[in-house]
Amino acid sequence: MDVTILQMFNGLSVSSILLLIALGLAITFGLMNVINMAHGELIMIGAYATYVTQTLFKDLFPEAMFGWYFVAAIPVSFMAAFLLGLLLEFSLIRFLYGRPLDSLLATWGVALVLQQLARTVFGAPNVAVTSPEWLNGGLTVMDGLVFPYKRIFIIGLVAATLFVMYLYIYRSHAGRRMRAVMQNRDMAACLGVSTRRVDALTFAIGSGIAGIAGCALTLMGPIGPSLGTYYIVDAFMVVVLGGVGKLIGTVIGAVGIGMTNTLFEYWTTASLGKVLVFLCIVAFLQWKPKGLVAMRTRSLDS
Amino acid sequence: MKKSVWSGVLLVLLAMSLVLAACGKNNSSVPASGGETNTSAEGGEIKVGILHSLSGTMAISEVSVKDAEMMAIEEINAKGGVLGKKLVPVVEDGASDWPTFAEKARKLISEDKVATVFGGWTSASRKAMLPVFEELNGLLWYPVQYEGLESSPNIFYTGATTNQQIVPSVTWLLENRGKKFFLLGSDYVFPRTANKIIKEQLKAEGGELVGEEYTPLGHTDYSTLISKIKEADPDIVYNTLNGDSNVAFFKQLKDAGITAKDLTTLSVSVAEEEIRGIGTDVLEGHLAAWNYYQTTDTPENKTFVANYKKAYGEDRVTADPIEAGYIAVYLWAAAVEKAGSTDVAAVKEAAKGLEFNAPGGKVTIDGDNQHIYKTVRIGEVQADGQFKEIFATDGPVKPDPYLKGYDWAASLSAE
Repeated sequence: MDVTILQMFNGLSVSSILLLIALGLAITFGLMNVINMAHGELIMIGAYATYVTQTLFKDLFPEAMFGWYFVAAIPVSFMAAFLLGLLLEFSLIRFLYGRPLDSLLATWGVALVLQQLARTVFGAPNVAVTSPEWLNGGLTVMDGLVFPYKRIFIIGLVAATLFVMYLYIYRSHAGRRMRAVMQNRDMAACLGVSTRRVDALTFAIGSGIAGIAGCALTLMGPIGPSLGTYYIVDAFMVVVLGGVGKLIGTVIGAVGIGMTNTLFEYWTTASLGKVLVFLCIVAFLQWKPKGLVAMRTRSLDS
Repeated sequence: MKKSVWSGVLLVLLAMSLVLAACGKNNSSVPASGGETNTSAEGGEIKVGILHSLSGTMAISEVSVKDAEMMAIEEINAKGGVLGKKLVPVVEDGASDWPTFAEKARKLISEDKVATVFGGWTSASRKAMLPVFEELNGLLWYPVQYEGLESSPNIFYTGATTNQQIVPSVTWLLENRGKKFFLLGSDYVFPRTANKIIKEQLKAEGGELVGEEYTPLGHTDYSTLISKIKEADPDIVYNTLNGDSNVAFFKQLKDAGITAKDLTTLSVSVAEEEIRGIGTDVLEGHLAAWNYYQTTDTPENKTFVANYKKAYGEDRVTADPIEAGYIAVYLWAAAVEKAGSTDVAAVKEAAKGLEFNAPGGKVTIDGDNQHIYKTVRIGEVQADGQFKEIFATDGPVKPDPYLKGYDWAASLSAE
């Protein structure tokens, strides 16, 4: 019984992490149709931004303040990845709209450059981020059943990010312009929307959310130059399974993969579990090639 | 038409990410070897090859070994070189990609005509290079602990084989920490072979196996695995995870409320360098088995650590494979001096029984299997990120890559 509850929680936790790493990609790949292989490296930038914030807090602020570095690190990571995304869009991505396979190769190159850059700046070995004291430990639900605070925190962070994204995309003027451009670029341009600016902003926001993911991942995993490569496949899986173009699809995709992965891993082994999940996804896409939630728009069919 | 596009894209992505994970990238700076290729022993210099992953996932570990080897070469040159000739390193990048290792090894031997090569880390890279060295009769010095069951005439192994790391540590654990073992490893050749050996040993020495799990390299979520460990309720988790997975595993183990006090873990791939990347708050109290620690108390080690920090920065640490890479250069140099030539056969003959006062204590080359005698040590991670030695063998242990000295291992070496 304990184990069942714990595994449910683990599944939810894995889902939340998957969702967090896929949210940014749901925008850059899902909405903008850019196969952004550098997404993992944007996550890496977020993780390193957290590391830098931590180091600054250690050096500049009194020790009592240290626990709060993580609160500061979230916006810092977002901004770092946001600005890099803006730069990327301006210098490279904007020449590649409508050419998904070219964008795949170009962003892959960018990913390699960013990895080696990280290796040059921070060194090849991993760096350590000390998690703040208030995130250590866990919530004891019953005897022998502990939900780690960090995992609960990540679930909360994902929910908050998702909520803000929902407000932005579906409830703000900027979001409406964004949807208009993504759905019918020419018409939006005719109606006076600056598509250039919307593109740049959208890509940067997607990148920024990858930065937040990187920040959260410092709690759970390694922080090193190849960090991004561990997550990129999962991120694409979630977005492709969920269906390109709709946020809700990404959410369902993440929960689906997270839950089944945890179950399969529990029943079999980690390697075999992953294979089974891949098989399920491939089979599913044969049946529904557009993913769980397909958006009907002419622009995506062109 | 559109129908299969996404599946196609998905497949391409998968393939590319696999390539990405495996090979990283190739644009790191590699110093150009001298203008024209001259044979290694001609002129006033001897070329030696250094072949490690300077990019890709393994760069995290291998760059430091390269640094140590470069330092040894510089030290030897400062003392007048070998046979009165300066050593000139030719550095190549294996890029964490096994075919690249084989290709670069071929290039070093055939084109650069190096006298010997120091390199490799993963068993996969060694296995990829082995046929090249045997075919071209080159000489490779391999500096990392490995799974044993190998003894190539063209390779000197300066890291530990299983009876110099794993076997004694399992015996120690059985005597001091408990009988119920959970084996956790990354899913590739080293952990699987190591665990095969451990399972035989447990059977023979009265241990009990309560679980055995492997995760893919680069696996980052251990929540399910930790549930399995909790269910199996072992005394000891014997950890053969490699690379970044260790970070995820130990961080998440701590979050699940399991500390070193509740559960003994012993790792064979977590050294000083890895501790820095995982965080000492997470690792404190956990155990590791090696032949050398930065804290190992010998006069040679004090000098070695001081020189290494002076050369590469105060914040750098030394570790077992770094030391093994360093002594490999010295052992080769001593063998060449003794042989009076860099000829592979002569060097191999001269290397037999050669002794060297290494930072980790005296080592001796075993003439039969070209491994070296090493002291086995178990250490506990301290709050400062260093190990405290809690067990050491009385003296250097004779290398026994095929475990011939152990009755229970008969079925293993027969394979």
